Amino acid sequence: MDGNAPDFAAASRAALADPQLRGNFRRAMDGLMTKRAAQFSDTGEWHGVRALAASVRLRALSKLPELLEKLEENCTRNGITVHWAATTEEANAIALDILHKANAKLVVKGKSMVTEEMHLNAVLEKDGIEVLESDLGEYIVQLDGTMPSHIIMPAIHLNTKQIAHLFKRKIKDAESREDAAYLTDLARRVLRAKFQAADVGMSGVNAAVAETGTLCLIENEGNGRMCTTVPPVHIAFMGLEKVVERLEDVPPVISLLPRSATGQPITTYVNMISGPRKDGEKDGPREVHLVILDNGRSSIYADPELRDTLRCIRCGACMNHCPVYTQVGGHAYEAPYPGPIGKILVPQIEGLAKRGAMPHACTMCNACVEICPVKIPIVEIMGRLRVEAVKPGGAVKDGGAKASRAESMVWSGWAAMNASPTAYRIATLAMSKLGNAAPSSLPMLKEWTNVRTKPRFAGRTLHDLARAKGIPDV
Amino acid sequence: MSDSRNSILTKLRTTRDAHPLTPPVSDFAPIEAKHWAPEERLPRIRRLMEAVHTEFLDATEADWPVVLREFLAREGVGSLLYAPATEAGKRLVEGWKAESPSPPRGEGRGEGEASHDSPEGPATNPPHPNPLPGGERGSAPGPVLIPYDRPLEDLKPQLFESIEAGLTTTRGAIAETGSLILWPTADEPRTLSLVPHIHIAILRTDALFDTFLQAMREQGWADAMPTNVLLVSGPSKTADIEQTLAYGVHGPKRLVVLVVQP
Ligand code: SF4
Repeated sequence: MDGNAPDFAAASRAALADPQLRGNFRRAMDGLMTKRAAQFSDTGEWHGVRALAASVRLRALSKLPELLEKLEENCTRNGITVHWAATTEEANAIALDILHKANAKLVVKGKSMVTEEMHLNAVLEKDGIEVLESDLGEYIVQLDGTMPSHIIMPAIHLNTKQIAHLFKRKIKDAESREDAAYLTDLARRVLRAKFQAADVGMSGVNAAVAETGTLCLIENEGNGRMCTTVPPVHIAFMGLEKVVERLEDVPPVISLLPRSATGQPITTYVNMISGPRKDGEKDGPREVHLVILDNGRSSIYADPELRDTLRCIRCGACMNHCPVYTQVGGHAYEAPYPGPIGKILVPQIEGLAKRGAMPHACTMCNACVEICPVKIPIVEIMGRLRVEAVKPGGAVKDGGAKASRAESMVWSGWAAMNASPTAYRIATLAMSKLGNAAPSSLPMLKEWTNVRTKPRFAGRTLHDLARAKGIPDV
Repeated sequence: MSDSRNSILTKLRTTRDAHPLTPPVSDFAPIEAKHWAPEERLPRIRRLMEAVHTEFLDATEADWPVVLREFLAREGVGSLLYAPATEAGKRLVEGWKAESPSPPRGEGRGEGEASHDSPEGPATNPPHPNPLPGGERGSAPGPVLIPYDRPLEDLKPQLFESIEAGLTTTRGAIAETGSLILWPTADEPRTLSLVPHIHIAILRTDALFDTFLQAMREQGWADAMPTNVLLVSGPSKTADIEQTLAYGVHGPKRLVVLVVQP
């Protein structure tokens, strides 16, 4: 993790000044919102399945330590080797160890947000191991040398023309054709050779079933199946919250995830892996490893209010519906998880010193809460994090990092004003008389007024007007 | 490493016990309530899967190998990988040589063995109403049958570079989402449905379920999960390039469901 705190404000300003980027996002998000809405046109069904999925996730959290032990036990019985990592460094070390033992030179990866959290690719490359992202969107982003800008659609910030240019520059014998079918086929050719030759395949996990020791993985492209089936070794990475209790808990989650994410009734492939190749089987990896990562999750779990963050099934619907995300795009957050879920998850994982700005990039419009398929109270958690950011000694990492004397003085003044009728009367009167005279270039107003018109204060206060109408003041 | 295990679990347990969460009861009724009349299931599956470019072929128990062979010949497909030890594999081989209708064109790319025709198992070949001459080994044009009878490692180059189609069975299909249930086994490997450009899946019409939940309950999945179970709802696809749907990105470019009526 680099030491410099990302500057969300500066990155958003840059994004806002890029009409191409904003156009790409606007179009994509509008499309995703419409497609999702069509999937949930039966509101009764939506409420029922949503309540069920939320209960599945909550029930898993209520038994989290026991279920993780059971998952480990059943995976081990199935022949899967289970590893535990408290930190991303430890998870990377585990991965390197497995790779060295397998004498691996080439790794193919399916989509995995946890490995983004770990910066695993950089670690592997530093070790001289070639690592190839195989989800088309991730592959594009990797070729471009950037980060995913959306958790479901990593390359959503680029249009076909930009991708055609990128492929022309980076892939041998690529023709310059702005045609999605041609570009997809080109990537197929490059990656097929890699799947065939890879020593190790890596993947994420959408849900891990404690009852049966099964890893579930959903995807459209088949690259997830390639990575988990063809190379001799498969390593799966999961955050410790991904466990569910029973196999029957999978259908409600699988029912909501693709519908919320992309408006598809189901993904092309639902892959359930319960072990390495058994005696007599002709394919499948000979070794399967599961790396269970904490990276701050157990601290989130420790707080009964923040715990709900861990219900997330990573559908990405909250970002598609977020007015801030839609305007600035995913890169502005400079984080593995952007958008509403990122604003609550990343500060808790990485600390408020570095990520204190994220919970402020929110209009509190509640759109994310309304569509979240597992009913996470994102906005409430956001409010809590704003408080934690300025209040030292709280539960969240680096709590109080954003405490500022000026801000706390303003708020205590605000509280005092609202507590005393006299002070309130004087303050509102002063505002109605003097407010319009305040120049919009005042330091505290500038952030607001340089992109918006300064509101005009009414000449008379509401109380004054009410009194004039004969409504008694209280 | 096990230090991390213990400290993670201890922390989770202690903090949870300090602030316990009441495990909510899960009401599965909203999923259990999803029903389609038996005669509506197949048309629904077909409609949903065709919407994502799946192709359908109709056949009967008696004639499916011929229907498949004609289809492949028509499409110019030169090679078909199959699972020789499964019932379906045996039926395929028998049906394949038994009758050769209107001699199809195709050049049998020559890689791999030609059909594997040792007479294995009991001859369950039903009499065909209109047997045609031909279908002799060597003289039969059309797709070459390649048995998946070795470990992946020995078949890899051929599998990735030249085999065009793969045939698998299914364990049924799901009406709600239009999904096939694939249940790979030692005899029917997983890459059969993954690597060849065309995946052909046999769907018998007596195993159609309303929902994923119903299928896993009625087939008792939780009691014995195999190494790998799959739901497949179309050919491989992506929308990663500017939301434009493109088929055949990494897995099969075409998915053909061979619907077999009794
Ligand atoms: S917070 Fe909710 S809407 Fe956002 S990714 Fe997670 S589950 Fe989806």
